[in-house]
Amino acid sequence: MEDIASRGKSGWFDATARQRVTGLLDPGSFTEFIGPSERVQSPHLKMFDLPSAFDDGVIIGRGELNGRDVLIAAQEGQFMGGTFGEVSGAKILGLVRAARDHKDLPQTVLLLLDSGGVRLQEANAGELAVAELMRAIVQARCAGVAVIALVGGKSGAFGGAGLTASTCSRIVISEQGRIGVSGPEVIETNKGVEEFDAQDKALVWSTDGGKNRRLIGGADAFAEDSMDGFRVAAEAVLAKVPSFDLKTMQAEQERLTARQQQLGACDDAVSMWRTLGIKDPEAVRDMDGKDLTALANGIKEANHDAR
Amino acid sequence: MQMLSFKHTARSRLPGKKDKAIIGVVASGNLEVLLERVIPGAECEVAIATPLTGYDETWEAVIADFVERFSPGGLRISINDGGARPDTVYLRLMQGSALMEAD
Amino acid sequence: MTLDEILKGVFPSGHDVKTSAAGLITGAGKRKQGGSIAVIGVANGAALGTVGVLPLAEKVLQVVAKGGDTPILVIVDTQGQLMARRDEMIGLNEYLAHLAKCLLLASQLGHRTIGLEYGEAAAGAFLATALATDRLVGLPGAEPTVMDLPSMARVTKLPEEKLKELAKTTPVFAPGLDHMFQMGAVAEIWDPKKPLDEQLEQTLRNASSTDTRDELGAERKGRLMTAVVAKRVIAEATGQR
Repeated sequence: MEDIASRGKSGWFDATARQRVTGLLDPGSFTEFIGPSERVQSPHLKMFDLPSAFDDGVIIGRGELNGRDVLIAAQEGQFMGGTFGEVSGAKILGLVRAARDHKDLPQTVLLLLDSGGVRLQEANAGELAVAELMRAIVQARCAGVAVIALVGGKSGAFGGAGLTASTCSRIVISEQGRIGVSGPEVIETNKGVEEFDAQDKALVWSTDGGKNRRLIGGADAFAEDSMDGFRVAAEAVLAKVPSFDLKTMQAEQERLTARQQQLGACDDAVSMWRTLGIKDPEAVRDMDGKDLTALANGIKEANHDAR
Repeated sequence: MQMLSFKHTARSRLPGKKDKAIIGVVASGNLEVLLERVIPGAECEVAIATPLTGYDETWEAVIADFVERFSPGGLRISINDGGARPDTVYLRLMQGSALMEAD
Repeated sequence: MTLDEILKGVFPSGHDVKTSAAGLITGAGKRKQGGSIAVIGVANGAALGTVGVLPLAEKVLQVVAKGGDTPILVIVDTQGQLMARRDEMIGLNEYLAHLAKCLLLASQLGHRTIGLEYGEAAAGAFLATALATDRLVGLPGAEPTVMDLPSMARVTKLPEEKLKELAKTTPVFAPGLDHMFQMGAVAEIWDPKKPLDEQLEQTLRNASSTDTRDELGAERKGRLMTAVVAKRVIAEATGQR
């Protein structure tokens, strides 16, 4: 089923998951699996007097990206923060397992992550869903499947979603996208405002935001906040996808050890970027996408196959 | 959670070829509307799941008004409400109806 | 049981497992029939951050690089991921995922990985360690927690009492070993009164890289929809519906 379709220039950040799927994929190419009319919803939310969604906030299916056959999953970040519940998690899990086990299915999976992590009301099921998904992604990658994370929505990719993103073959992120484990508010609540002032937007974006992630090598491509932007960036990373093996993990061990040594003493993002050799790190904040991409492409730590 | 349902006889069946459509998101101040062309004749059924109590009459009025203006005969309309205002409900119903009228 | 008691029980023939000041566990233990089992983990309820991940992942990669099929035991008592702005800034998500990926790699390459939870295990650190193993066992007294009830009460704006009541009717959200058992996360609960090394050998025989947690959760009635929905997706994708 199609939502009111968005094309080309329309923003990714403000779009619904459904709009992102139809906006990203080639027009008319999308077939949904277990769509909303199937009413496969959360059995747990009514216990908390919370409304459920017909698709439990995840859209899965198959389509084409510039003519390439893909499987796709998109989280609706506006529904329960895009969180992993039993059903929403199982839908993504099934999709990745399908690619893993069936060579006649598309061997590219696009994960449009927009999630604050595990759904509290279904915490144990959500946590398990992430664990099972991470295992399935690794197994799929071993079988030659390319799993690409696209991050750019309001909920970011936090908690289990942040770990899921970092299990994928490649990560695409926009300026508005954020990836992390504990969100700024959680850190502020637990450790105090001196540790992390969650109201300081610039601080939040320089910590978890797309520009930082791209520059330090926590994301592999930087996308403009539009359907075209994500399509171009996804296409770019699909050209070269690292295999998942001992060599890759050893390289990642080296990369992460070097990063800890190089940047571990930095107090803020600007000092990290300066340490990476960026001449005018203060200018990063207002840099446009083209300039950020050019800058990132020149940083050794930002361009690697070690994921 | 509160479950409400309303049955109406519209003036005529809703034109168009789409057999189902979905619009909106379950979020604060928003709602999701699923429309399915599954009911015979010009009948129309609306089922609503909402976390707010005490608005039965408002729902009834909005639905009745929508049926009168847009004649959604043949449609089963299912709503998951996140606590939307009546004008947002009306907007989604109109958007949904427009989707169903598409070729 | 204390970590020392656990290690003695699991390795009666001897071990060289050490715990660092930061609570990182690394080493190896001898098996009765010969050969060894590599050990990594987190002790004393320590939080797992970027610094802590590296030696644990290094150990796993060493085991894999050596070849063979040495099993890996992941012993866990952690309060969760380290909550620090700087760790987030330098990409904690990549570090935690890296540890999980190394364990998953080991599994794919024939090393059986067993998680043993004896204390706390929470959220991101849980995902990076115990939940990344082939088979997870718990000792009575373990307290796996995705989110504690007071925090959950704060976020959901429901009183803790109400959450405790709801938790009596479903294993889907509240902390606890029994809940994790019913959900299929924890495969077995060991008996501390019986020899731990024998229980470990049996657990190893039961372990494989095939993920059966969803099926286990369905059997135990803790997760009635996961396995069914995942299967249905595959059926629909392959055109069998």
